[in-house]
Amino acid sequence: MAKTMAEKILSAKARKDVRAGEIVEAEVDYVMVNDITAPAAFDEFEGFCTPPLEKKMVLIPDHYVPNKDVASAIQAKKMRDFASKYKIRNYFEIGSGGVCHQLMIEKGFVAPGRLIVGADSHTCSYGAMGAFATGIGSTEAATVFARGVLWFKVPESMKFEVNGQLGRHVSGKDIILTIIGDIGVEGALYQSMEVVGDTISALPVSERVTISNMGIEAGAKACIIPPDAKVDDYLKGRVRDTYEKVYADKDAEYSDIRKYDAKDIVPVVAKPFLPSNVAPASEVGVTIDQAYLGSCTNGRIEDLRVAAAILKGKKVHEGVRMIVVPASKDVFDKAMEEGLFKIFSDAGAFISGPTCGACLGGYMGVLAPGERCVSTTNRNFIGRMGHMESEVYLAGPAVVAASAVAGRIVDPSEVTG
Amino acid sequence: MKSHFGGKAWVFGDNVDTDQIIPAEYLVTMNSAELAKHAFVKVMPEFPVNVKEGDVIVAGRNFGCGSSREHAPRALMGAGVSCVIAESFARIFFRNAINIGLPVIEATLEVDQGDDIEVDVSKGVVRNDSSGKETTFASYPPFVMMLMEKGGLVPYTKERLGCTRSE
Repeated sequence: MAKTMAEKILSAKARKDVRAGEIVEAEVDYVMVNDITAPAAFDEFEGFCTPPLEKKMVLIPDHYVPNKDVASAIQAKKMRDFASKYKIRNYFEIGSGGVCHQLMIEKGFVAPGRLIVGADSHTCSYGAMGAFATGIGSTEAATVFARGVLWFKVPESMKFEVNGQLGRHVSGKDIILTIIGDIGVEGALYQSMEVVGDTISALPVSERVTISNMGIEAGAKACIIPPDAKVDDYLKGRVRDTYEKVYADKDAEYSDIRKYDAKDIVPVVAKPFLPSNVAPASEVGVTIDQAYLGSCTNGRIEDLRVAAAILKGKKVHEGVRMIVVPASKDVFDKAMEEGLFKIFSDAGAFISGPTCGACLGGYMGVLAPGERCVSTTNRNFIGRMGHMESEVYLAGPAVVAASAVAGRIVDPSEVTG
Repeated sequence: MKSHFGGKAWVFGDNVDTDQIIPAEYLVTMNSAELAKHAFVKVMPEFPVNVKEGDVIVAGRNFGCGSSREHAPRALMGAGVSCVIAESFARIFFRNAINIGLPVIEATLEVDQGDDIEVDVSKGVVRNDSSGKETTFASYPPFVMMLMEKGGLVPYTKERLGCTRSE
């Protein structure tokens, strides 16, 4: 029976031949929780009569660390205490950590063929490395701590083929926003996306992560990209244990196959209040109060380089606040070594250590009523980054940097010439 | 699991995300009663004030999209919501609800704000007592039904682990 990547990985992990529609219990390789989702998982876990499967567990405080208030400090402490009580090695304190999904990839937990779950919806990011990875709830995470398995409905799969050469200033973010704009926020509901084609093969791993990261914004359970030599190169010296690359069979069944020509994809923006509300950046033009560069979606060194190249020698527009948040300590250190912080700082941007804070309207960049932010993050729902009368426009790093300079949302070429 | 329940309908549209159900700034507790005070507070401030035990959420497509926060179904349970009926659900919300024992039903209803809704899970019927209309819905897959009958994923996991002590 020909299988999709989702069917292959779930069959291997369930140790039986399964196909779309079946419900299985499958062996999980790693389970990740963050400071928002961990406390409930710990409470549930304490009701189970078994020690935790420590090797499978990864604890990453990132949403409200450094703590934004006493309540969030209590949640972060609960995480630290749990890690200490059960001697969990994979706990990443601030100063050595970062945004959970970036860290899961950097620290070698993610590899092709693995089944990874995380109590955070953007866990689907790991599909960029050829893993089946999906977001779960806290209760589910607790049961994985205890049993190492979880139930899954094997999803149907949709294939997205992107071929051709991308234009200037067009990135993985523009590809995934274009796809979401095409299929809608529930276009891939309950399904696994497979994103393929020579355009995708030509992308660096970092931009593939951006694509897989936003699969959830189309409702997808997973968003998988066939792994190649670039993934092997990235994993050298960092991956834990061995791995085996998995590919879809040639005659696997897909519920839908969609094809895109890279030359038709332009720098785009998702306007409020849905990630599917996509328009060319050149047609948006609205003034902005804040420009945000960071998050699990676009907080990698490659993203910072793109923005720095545009900001070099320029100033953030008067009346715009620009916030730069590297997604991990490694990204932070690289940006410092490469002199990117000097460029951002000279341009008038504010730089912080890694945190999810502003992306979800928690802290470190919350918006007032009527304010507008162009952001490299992943959601532009009502009130997502602050007051419900504030607005978030999603874009890639080039559009965000250029718009910060222009004071309004523009196509990057308007600033770079 | 109770198979028959009901209350007033709270009607929502399509793509209600978990940020709307419980905004991120309140994700500093897992206490359901505390979370319930802030359920839908930004988009429907009267909800946490007026919601009654047994009330039903009726929504359009893709209910519960966005963040994986289990605080969302817990906030609704804490508010006394007896079930959520939507044309379709985002998958993580759907799983979270099943796993914590909050009934979620895929059905398309004709309903006005405040209509009296009755749900009979065993018969697979939703009745709008205000209009007299009945709508049927498909039953859960056997594994999901089994989880619901056991009260969610926690009791099921305890059984599988052979945990004898009760909470």
